[in-house]
Amino acid sequence: MIHFFLLQNRQGQTRIAKWYSPFEHAEKKKLQAEVYRTLIQRPSKYTNFVEFRNYSVIYRRYKGVFFIICCDPSDNEMAMLEMIHLFVDTLNDYFVEVCELDLVFNFYKVFALLDEFILGGELQESSKRVILDRMALIGDFEKKSK
Amino acid sequence: MSIKLRELIRNVRACKSSAEERKVIFKECALIRTSFKEKVDTGLRHRNVAKLLYIHMLGYPTHFGQMESLKLIASPKFIEKRIGYLALMLLLDETQEVLMLVTNCLKNDLKHKNPYIVGLALCSMGNISSADIARDLSNEVIRLFRSGNPYIKKKAALCAIRIVRKVPEMISDFIEPASSLLSTKQHCVLVSGIALIIEMLQLKKKTASKFRKLVPQLVRHLKNLLLAGYVSEFDVVGITDPFLQCKIIELLRLLGTGSSRASEEMSDILAQVSINTEPSKNPGNAILYECVQTIMAIDAEDGLRHLAINILGRFLLHRDNNIRYVALNTLCGVIHTDTSSIQRHKNHIVDCLKDPDVSIRRRALDLIYALVTKNNVSGLVRELVNYLSVTSGDEEFKRMLTDKIVLVTEKFTPSKLWHLNTLLSLVEIAGEVTRESVAANAVLVVGHNATLQPYAVHRMYSSLKKQVVPSEALRRLAIFLIGEYGNHLVSAEGTASANKNRNSESKQEKFVQKTPEEVIGTIKYIISRPTCTPKVKAYVLNALVKLSTRFSGASEQELIAGLIKKYTSSMSVELQQRSCEYTRLLELGNEAVKSKIVSTMPTPEKLIRQTEKKVGEDDDDDDDDDDDEDEDEDEDEDEDEDSEEEEQDTRSKRKHRSTKKPAKKTTPKIEQKAAAAAKPA
Repeated sequence: MIHFFLLQNRQGQTRIAKWYSPFEHAEKKKLQAEVYRTLIQRPSKYTNFVEFRNYSVIYRRYKGVFFIICCDPSDNEMAMLEMIHLFVDTLNDYFVEVCELDLVFNFYKVFALLDEFILGGELQESSKRVILDRMALIGDFEKKSK
Repeated sequence: MSIKLRELIRNVRACKSSAEERKVIFKECALIRTSFKEKVDTGLRHRNVAKLLYIHMLGYPTHFGQMESLKLIASPKFIEKRIGYLALMLLLDETQEVLMLVTNCLKNDLKHKNPYIVGLALCSMGNISSADIARDLSNEVIRLFRSGNPYIKKKAALCAIRIVRKVPEMISDFIEPASSLLSTKQHCVLVSGIALIIEMLQLKKKTASKFRKLVPQLVRHLKNLLLAGYVSEFDVVGITDPFLQCKIIELLRLLGTGSSRASEEMSDILAQVSINTEPSKNPGNAILYECVQTIMAIDAEDGLRHLAINILGRFLLHRDNNIRYVALNTLCGVIHTDTSSIQRHKNHIVDCLKDPDVSIRRRALDLIYALVTKNNVSGLVRELVNYLSVTSGDEEFKRMLTDKIVLVTEKFTPSKLWHLNTLLSLVEIAGEVTRESVAANAVLVVGHNATLQPYAVHRMYSSLKKQVVPSEALRRLAIFLIGEYGNHLVSAEGTASANKNRNSESKQEKFVQKTPEEVIGTIKYIISRPTCTPKVKAYVLNALVKLSTRFSGASEQELIAGLIKKYTSSMSVELQQRSCEYTRLLELGNEAVKSKIVSTMPTPEKLIRQTEKKVGEDDDDDDDDDDDEDEDEDEDEDEDEDSEEEEQDTRSKRKHRSTKKPAKKTTPKIEQKAAAAAKPA
């Protein structure tokens, strides 16, 4: 299962953090800092998989933002990498050429999208079209209920 | 006056310093707090909570917002519910008691007509529900399994995963609903359903028998995916829904282990997937990886297994680091069943050991350790030791590598000389990270083989002199050997014997016979260095007193006595004690007694295994007690102290013992003294 999902920029600021396992508030901060320190040192040619404490961290950098998944070591790492790619693809379509600023100003939308994509630490939906359709529907419903 | 979320974000980003940022945040927090206290519902509560969430994401404390989020969840407006649930997931987790208050709201929302609201409730439940909430609401979730809407079904399935994780007793309730989920054609429901079944199988292996009847269905689904052609919705670089394929194969793995009938049913489709999947892109490799793991786990026939190992072999040669990592990982898992076929790839694995990426290096190390056999041990260990000498920086990796080398040498040793050589090389190259047992085992091997003694002492002496800053382990080992076997250093036969054992291929220089003054001079140099620890100094004093019998000349005796005497007023009690006693011993002049005390140390019989035991845990009586017994009858109190010192010495070296030898018979006096001597050690 996925334990947490982070989006961090090159300076170490966490833009989005979604936790699927319970951690103390102080521990969350420590984890974020540690993950950042581990990843920032690795050159891009190294593998995208790191052994971190007793978890497995899979990451990829897109335009200055690290997309980080922390999961159990028994999970299929390459499938996780594909998940990251699908998420980025969906974000790109939703925000039309997404950039870091989109993530900052529309964080609640990113969370909503993430909730359509991963639930309880497992993959929920593998089709980009369905996720985007759903987001559009919910957006319409919200406008109507205002 | 409340500002929009966007404004707040812009203001915070415009701050030039963290103090300014704190000011803005605290001002906004105060405004939000006052607005929360207001009785009248201004309709802006969701905006305030959204701002609060942003502040929380920046890392500031926001506990006062928890109750507000509960109020929002209870609101009938969708936009407020949405923010409320988001706040719930961000600000709270299952360990907080406030979560219990949400149970009723969740129950109502799960029964709601609007599927989006049901979705919201399921989402929150799936992410943060505690065991109590899980128990209360499980019936609702099971009911939602039967809903017609796939959107709700998939969320319910994933919610169920959390429920069974938190309350494993409820697994039996979910078996039937989960199996029924698989009869759908919807990919999302399939993915979630399979994830639920996988979770149940991992928590309770006995359920496998109930799920095995689903294997034909799963095989059919997989076949459809393979033959589907291009489905734009799920297509990823030409492969239809790789996520679903991976999940199906994972579930087949769990169902196929231990059941030959199920394994038979799935072998065909696994072979098909392995052959037809495109390995050029990442999704294809993900599927192949999953496939290989499954083939190795089930009772597959040989042809299929060979196919899997070939795929792994191809992975090893891939340029992409990720794929090599994954291949090494899998090979580690299957090494025990198919060792021979993996030996072919030995060279590639050794190359992986030299990769700059530390993740790959670690995997390669584990794999090499598993690959070592009697035949290739000398070649592989030579590679490993060479690698150890060029690797630098990564301390932890060095330690792991030395540990593995030691384990391997203990298991397969072609000859005593080779064993000794390897241990000595380890101490020379990586002394800082080797365990105590490495030096101790080297001493043991030397002790058992008299022919190797001159070689060992000559080699250690040269290393000691050559290295600019020798490691602590190297110093201690070298000094101990010099003390024990110093006579070989200064004799012609000793030097000749050492040169005979020297490996002429390696770059070792020829050993030269030393003079006693040279040896004492080296020791003096070692002890005078500022980097010399008190422990090493203690070793030096021991070595010196032993050398007093090994070297016969009068001038050497004077030098030794002089050196030892310097420490009679040392600040360290240990050194002072040793120095005083040895000086007294030397002054006594009784040659017979002296030679008996400082004669060669008896060696224990068994190799010391690397265990996790700490100092003082296993204070066995050992061989020395016998010698002590003999000596005790002859000598008086002083000499007794000396033998205790020697015993203490060996105790400090023999920290780890895996076998408890039966205690040899000792007199109570000795045992008391041994206990007293061992305490300060």
